[in-house]
Amino acid sequence: MNILVCVKQVPDMAGRFSPNAAGTWYDEAALVFRMNERDENAVEEAVRFKEQLGGTPEVTVLSIGPGRVVETIRKALAMGCDRGVHIDDPLASERDPWQIASMIAGHARGCRYDIIFTGMQSDDRGSAQVGVLTAEMLCVSCVTGVVGFGWQDGAATADRELEGGRRGMTRLKPPMLLTCQQGLNSPRYPTLPNIMKSRKKEISVLLPDEVGLGEPLSSVTGFRHHERQTAGLFLEGDVDDLAGRVATLLDAKRGIFRRGGAV
Amino acid sequence: MKALLVGECRDGRLAGEVAELFGFAAVSGAEASLVLVGNPDGVPAFGGRLYFADAREYGEYNPDVHKRLVMQAVERECPDVVVFLQSSYGWDLAPRLAAAMNVAQVSGVTGIDDGGYAVDSCNGKMRRTVKPLTSSAVLTLQPGAFPAPAEQGVPELIRLDADRSSGIEFLGSSQPETGADLSRASAIVSAGRGVGSEKHVDLVRGLAEALGGEVGASRPVIDAGWLERSRQVGSSGQTVSPALYVACGISGSIQHLAGMKGAGYILAVNTDRDAPIGDVADVFVVADLVQFLPALTARLRVGQ
Ligand SMILES: Cc1cc2nc3c(=O)[nH]c(=O)nc-3n(C[C@H](O)[C@H](O)[C@H](O)COP(=O)(O)OP(=O)(O)OC[C@H]3O[C@@H](n4cnc5c(N)ncnc54)[C@H](O)[C@@H]3O)c2cc1C
Repeated sequence: MNILVCVKQVPDMAGRFSPNAAGTWYDEAALVFRMNERDENAVEEAVRFKEQLGGTPEVTVLSIGPGRVVETIRKALAMGCDRGVHIDDPLASERDPWQIASMIAGHARGCRYDIIFTGMQSDDRGSAQVGVLTAEMLCVSCVTGVVGFGWQDGAATADRELEGGRRGMTRLKPPMLLTCQQGLNSPRYPTLPNIMKSRKKEISVLLPDEVGLGEPLSSVTGFRHHERQTAGLFLEGDVDDLAGRVATLLDAKRGIFRRGGAV
Repeated sequence: MKALLVGECRDGRLAGEVAELFGFAAVSGAEASLVLVGNPDGVPAFGGRLYFADAREYGEYNPDVHKRLVMQAVERECPDVVVFLQSSYGWDLAPRLAAAMNVAQVSGVTGIDDGGYAVDSCNGKMRRTVKPLTSSAVLTLQPGAFPAPAEQGVPELIRLDADRSSGIEFLGSSQPETGADLSRASAIVSAGRGVGSEKHVDLVRGLAEALGGEVGASRPVIDAGWLERSRQVGSSGQTVSPALYVACGISGSIQHLAGMKGAGYILAVNTDRDAPIGDVADVFVVADLVQFLPALTARLRVGQ
């Protein structure tokens, strides 16, 4: 059994974003990078699956990006993946989802992965396309927004998240690609011994052209701050003073939302 | 311009937001036709071509089967844009169509600008314009972005037929967990990831009690197991419209806003003055909730 997990390194969303000079994406200078949240769910599920099968499957973690993404590959290795693949592409943030998928598919084609886990979408771009496009390029079955995963008798069950808290249950056989959603599991923190062990794990480096980088199908311009829409009241300052002002505002509206008040 | 709109059903009913697809067609001045795998009794009123397959025959959703059905409509219609909602149906099916058509996809469109489509980025803090480089494109629309026009008429019905084989077997669907009913609360105080730890959820509870309201939460708080799932507010949780909504340490992602922007009065408490919750907040308090919530709760208790 051969498993691939695809991870992206993204900035912490609490950071201050500003456009780069070309206006195509953010300026990286002031940002702190980490693993995309749903990709952590993907890594965790792959590692749990390996453990469930007694450690036999080999789990490869792949990331596309400049040198800084090696740190994220290392984290996945410390969480329990076996080997890393770094597609060294300093222009990754300028690539469209189609191009990113073409590189993952280009790598995966020669490797006969039984299951590919990806995050459902990234925190920064949020297009939710890369996983599905990769599956389509590889002609493998794909389930998106997975919040439950099980394995029995050579087939997987995958629960999809639907609107309003409903779930759809599916069953499928490898080869398959699953895009993971938050709530699938609680990703582990790497332990110190595992961090030490991960330093010895191999990371192979590939170049975009070696894995069949495709032509872009879309372009990005006008990366900008989201204009604020409301002229709501902004309050700042000393906490006690703020509490007093807000309590006065709420008291003025009390009749409306007191217990038993009108909805 | 020709737009092929892709409708969808949820649990046997036409999704309400399908009307917004017509809103997009109106704004972009496109001639609209619709493709729907649905229920013959639940077909929207409009004057155009309706490519239809019965969900009782083809299933509410199977990506392989629905891709074949929608592709047939694409081949007959030759549209400039194929338009989905950014929903569990749309985010799953749209990239499959884009791959089959070999064209660009733009996800989560919130507007049309500068020869392209406006899309939110970085959890709603930033925005960008995406331009397809292919002659036609697949789009998914962010729910709520395009107002639904009043459509009327009886569509011309064209039946679709496709092979039903698939590597994915559907075992059924489950209904949401029951528990807290937030829909009747006049005040809801919600905890977001900004509460930082499980023990600080008590601060949110304290304020909810002082206001005689219910406790709600954003998704990460639910996923962490700090509150029961029935208290999740948002597109994959409950949709609420209380008279007062207090968002504590919640950034204001599109999915969270979808569940609470109908509230009468919105108070946000956040350390980050750029947090997108500011878009909908009537009052935005820039403060650490760990200090602010107890102070506010104490004041309200005194006033009672
Ligand atoms: C398909 C799909 C469906 C989804 N459905 C839902 C849904 O139904 N409901 C939902 O909520 N989300 C949903 N999400 C997730 C959503 O995209 C966001 O990830 C989530 O809403 C973020 O929750 P948050 O605002 O609590 O956390 P964050 O975005 O991490 O924001 C935390 C906020 O807390 C602030 N903060 C930090 N510390 C403090 C402090 N001490 N005092 C005050 N403020 C502080 C920060 O400035 C930040 O603004 C969905 C996502 C997808 C893709």
